[in-house]
Amino acid sequence: MTTETLIWLIPFPPVLAFFLIVLFTNKNKVLSHTLAVGAAFLSWLGSMIVFVRALGVEHLGEHPFESSVNWLPTGDTWFRIGVLIDPTGAAVLFFVSITIFMIFLYSVGYQNYGQPQGDHDVKGLPPHGATVEEHGHKHVVPSVEPMYSRFFAFLGLFAFGMYVLVVSDNLLTFFVGWEIMGLCSYLLIGFWYAKPSARDAAVKAFMTTRIGDVFMLLGIAYLYSATGTLSFREIFTEETLQALATTMTPVLGLSAAGLIGLLLFIGTVGKSAQFPLHVWLPDAMEGPTPVSAMIHAATMVSAGVYAVIRMFPLITADFTGHGLTTTMSIIAFIGAFTALFAATIAVSQNDVKRVLAYSTISQLGYMIAALGIGAYVAAAFHLITHAFFKALLFLGSGSVIHGMEHGVLHTGNHHVDPQNMFNMGGLRKKMPITFWTFLIGGFALSGFPLITAGFWSKDEILADAFGHGYWWVFGALALAAFLTAFYTMRQITLTFLGEPRTKEAEHAQETPWPMTTPLVILAFFAVTYGWVGIPEHFPGLGGLVPNWFHEFVGGTLAEHPEALAFNWIPLITSLIVALGGLFFGWLVYRNVNSVSEDKLQIPLLKNKYYFDEAYDVLFVKPAYWIAETLVYKWMDQRLIDGTLHIFGPVTDKIGSFIRYYIDLLIVNQAVGDGSYKVTWWFGRNLRGVQTGRIQQYLMFALVIFMLVGAALYFYFRYFRLVA
Amino acid sequence: MNFIDTHLLSLILFLPSIAAVIMLFLPNEGNKLIRWFALGVSLIPFLLSLVVWFRFDPDQAGFQFEESYVWYEAIGSSLHLGVDGLSLTMVLLTTLLTPLAILASFSITDRIKPYMMLFLFLETGMLGVFMALDLLIFFVFWEVGLVPMYFLINQWGSANRNYASLKFLIYTMGGSLGLLLAVQMLGVLFGTYDLLTLYQRWNSLAPDSMILGLPVQTVKTIAFWAFAIAFAIKVPIWPFHTWLPDAHTEAPTAGSMILAGVLLKLGAYGFLRLILPLYPFEAKIFAGALALLATAAIVFGALGSYAQTDFKRLVAYSSVNHMGFVVLGIAAAGLAAGTVDATIALNGAILQMFNHGLSAAGMFFLVGVIYERTHTRNLNEFGGLFPLVPVYGGILIFTSMASLGLPGLNGFISEFLVVRGAFPILTVYTAISMLGLLFTGAYILKGIKKVLHGPLNEHWAHGEHKLTEINTREILVMAPLLVLILWIGIWPAWILDVINKAVVMLF
Repeated sequence: MTTETLIWLIPFPPVLAFFLIVLFTNKNKVLSHTLAVGAAFLSWLGSMIVFVRALGVEHLGEHPFESSVNWLPTGDTWFRIGVLIDPTGAAVLFFVSITIFMIFLYSVGYQNYGQPQGDHDVKGLPPHGATVEEHGHKHVVPSVEPMYSRFFAFLGLFAFGMYVLVVSDNLLTFFVGWEIMGLCSYLLIGFWYAKPSARDAAVKAFMTTRIGDVFMLLGIAYLYSATGTLSFREIFTEETLQALATTMTPVLGLSAAGLIGLLLFIGTVGKSAQFPLHVWLPDAMEGPTPVSAMIHAATMVSAGVYAVIRMFPLITADFTGHGLTTTMSIIAFIGAFTALFAATIAVSQNDVKRVLAYSTISQLGYMIAALGIGAYVAAAFHLITHAFFKALLFLGSGSVIHGMEHGVLHTGNHHVDPQNMFNMGGLRKKMPITFWTFLIGGFALSGFPLITAGFWSKDEILADAFGHGYWWVFGALALAAFLTAFYTMRQITLTFLGEPRTKEAEHAQETPWPMTTPLVILAFFAVTYGWVGIPEHFPGLGGLVPNWFHEFVGGTLAEHPEALAFNWIPLITSLIVALGGLFFGWLVYRNVNSVSEDKLQIPLLKNKYYFDEAYDVLFVKPAYWIAETLVYKWMDQRLIDGTLHIFGPVTDKIGSFIRYYIDLLIVNQAVGDGSYKVTWWFGRNLRGVQTGRIQQYLMFALVIFMLVGAALYFYFRYFRLVA
Repeated sequence: MNFIDTHLLSLILFLPSIAAVIMLFLPNEGNKLIRWFALGVSLIPFLLSLVVWFRFDPDQAGFQFEESYVWYEAIGSSLHLGVDGLSLTMVLLTTLLTPLAILASFSITDRIKPYMMLFLFLETGMLGVFMALDLLIFFVFWEVGLVPMYFLINQWGSANRNYASLKFLIYTMGGSLGLLLAVQMLGVLFGTYDLLTLYQRWNSLAPDSMILGLPVQTVKTIAFWAFAIAFAIKVPIWPFHTWLPDAHTEAPTAGSMILAGVLLKLGAYGFLRLILPLYPFEAKIFAGALALLATAAIVFGALGSYAQTDFKRLVAYSSVNHMGFVVLGIAAAGLAAGTVDATIALNGAILQMFNHGLSAAGMFFLVGVIYERTHTRNLNEFGGLFPLVPVYGGILIFTSMASLGLPGLNGFISEFLVVRGAFPILTVYTAISMLGLLFTGAYILKGIKKVLHGPLNEHWAHGEHKLTEINTREILVMAPLLVLILWIGIWPAWILDVINKAVVMLF
């Protein structure tokens, strides 16, 4: 099979699984998850083959795998869609296929496959546990998810969306994949739809990202109109980019390239949960944990960053190398601000998943900031390492929650929140695999020097910001890195270290192999993936392993980015913030036993700077008022229908007028009745004349004869002569 | 066989009416017989239009399958029928939706014979508009379609049916008034109503000549608006849209399916078949006004939909929103006729007509399914029904997503094409219409949220009120729609190619 055919086929197994499960196998759990996991495996296998073949191609950037077909007729020409794997695409395909496969596998364990049906479980709510009798005494064990098959169907559709996005050679099918993931995100966040919080979170996620999406759609329409194509390869030619960069628009003094870039970037702001559209992601933690791992850490939110990476040549079309363009400044600012701002919120969160949610927002901000300052390779590098360790952390947190739920079922005290870190403690002994892998993930996130992947990618971004003199970006990111290490260690300390703070934590249990295996595999990548991108001039280690990542991914761009000269300042900063943050996190939280002892429970942070409340007052409520009162009640019902309803009475009035004043009064009374009356009057009054006496008749005749004669005389005498 | 070959269009057009007349002689008691008879005969036009579809040569300019019969010789009007890529698409939509609407009506038990007869007459009325190549015939069928629909709403509708049916009839007739006068004027002027002749002669009038004592330009402007208002009411464009929520909400389920699915398309078809070719100059001048009203329909339609608590009204308002995109595409094409952008916009507009026919009919049917079981349409009385009706829920979400314009389903393709085509021509209006697109998401999700999601309303879970799952007949109604929605979403070329070629040749 040719590589191109293979690339075409990669997205299809999961979507096939989706349709098969929905239409046929939804009653059968084994068949459903076999189909889904099998499909994820096939796509993974295909991706690996493509990746390996991509490695073997010299100058893949100039000669990528590509193939396209006619799709939409547009006048005399066709809009073509197709697949494209260039170096960046191959690198992204690599991590996407691994994380997706791991998460599919993990879901089998997470949704309690093999456990009994719950006692009171209903569709639409998380399983509550089942009572089993063993050796004569009863105890409660986790129960299987009531909508088990449906979960795998949705995962399949989601994976399809992500693969479509990654292999697309054009912005339109890219957008198709983007939106399919949006739908799946909605369906999966609201998977337990009977919970009002999950239902509302799903709607919030969809609507918030849709704000970005409509701007993106506008950007796509603009780009298509301006260039006549949406194919990446055709847009990123010298002439097209030059034309876009030199066309000016009336908006903010931006060039066409800048404006289109900005519109597309707003889509990313929504999808990658950047400020000010970040509000949906923390709420999205209502979904089952594999969903959080896949959609809200490894793939969908990464797609937002991937979009900017893909459009990088366009965004930087009018970038000369000194002084950021307006669009790039906006991107860099949003990214840096989000990185710092989300990190401050993460510090005060107590829900094990919400810490990770804010951490994700913050880390995505890193990548966006890197792209804003033109650090293409660094951003792509961090995107991939982050996907590995954040997926690992989310899956680890799911494992922790699972272990805690076990404890909750054991004690039967359902008031204990299995996600609150203050209810945990000492889990390292109960859940050793989860602990060690979580530690690796956490250290990678914090940028623990040399051995973790996160260090290499984060360091590269800081070095880039410093090297090109973007001090404010460097400062914000360095501070954010410190906070990152701090809240990560806070999380690890509260969850795994010390002694169990509740009975439930004491009875927590390690999770089964389908859950721990993915943890181990992802932990492997969370460490080793960093080694493929060690800068050439790094003291001691540089050059021992070639900087493959820079060479390979950098080759995507027409102009291969130069490797940065080494500088001690960012490296030392990076070391200080990572180690310092970890140390302080441990120092502060090692003896904290309850929420009240935590000094960082600041209301402003805990309430996420009141963004939800502000948006509610500023946008949600007014929107509802405009729709319900202004448009529907006032405009449609009162103004328009009110005007229409005037026609009825007015017609009625006109009709009544005609009836009463014209028909009845004039026609009936005056003309109809009147003519009879007049005749009658004449008849009655002339009756007196009819006396029957001849003399009298002759007398009348004589008088009338004389009158007529006189009249004729005067007429002829005067008038005719005058005339 | 030869007769069928040469009379395909007139057979498609008149078979439903003939069947309706035959139905008069069926026994009154045989409900089952009447239903199956109606369904059976409504399938014949569908099969015949498939024959036309496959025999149709999209590369050939002009009209195909033309037929012409003497009708009213004294005033120069003849029964001239023919189809091109534009009308054939609409004919296919009509003949597809009618059997589905009849199948959807199998649950009707009240006076089933006149009900089915009206449906079949209605089909003739709608098809006549799409096939007519004679202006007077066009007008006759335009009016003919009103009558059965009036009675369907008035006799089989819900609580407020008298108000709604009257509003529907009076409003549309009011719009037709100007249309009739303008049609008459053209007929008197040229002594013929034949559309192909009129296209030529009307447009080749010397600009400084006088008609009826007025400059030709004044007359054309007045006639343009007479046409435009008639069609604008039918589409409907803001602010002529308020008859729609009432009529659609009160009509019986199948009536709403046809109303939204086909009747609204008559207005848009009028714009495409008559206004753009007959008034290219005026369409260009007034494109801005048309675009403004279309954008208003898109935005206010979405907002109006979001404001509803009645499920059916919510869906009804969504039609205003979606048809706004059709008119936006038409306005763009009017402004920049002949450009690639205009072609793309028109491709989108025509495909949007077809797509909206599928998704709106589906949505109305699904509302009807739940209404039949619960006897309420109030969104606040539902809630959490998903576990009770998983299949129905899945179909509802799927159809809703088509209506929302989710990429991968049909609505996205057409909306994208309209947006893409209109963007360079009407940039500001297109940008504002994005607000409507945003609220499309809001009202669709509101519908799903209130019906399927959230805590279960126990009222529907037990006893006599227990909600039952969608049945096989109802799934059969939805199945063709779902397949087409997905098919066009993934591979639209089969239909878009026909539309595209017609657009390139026509405009």
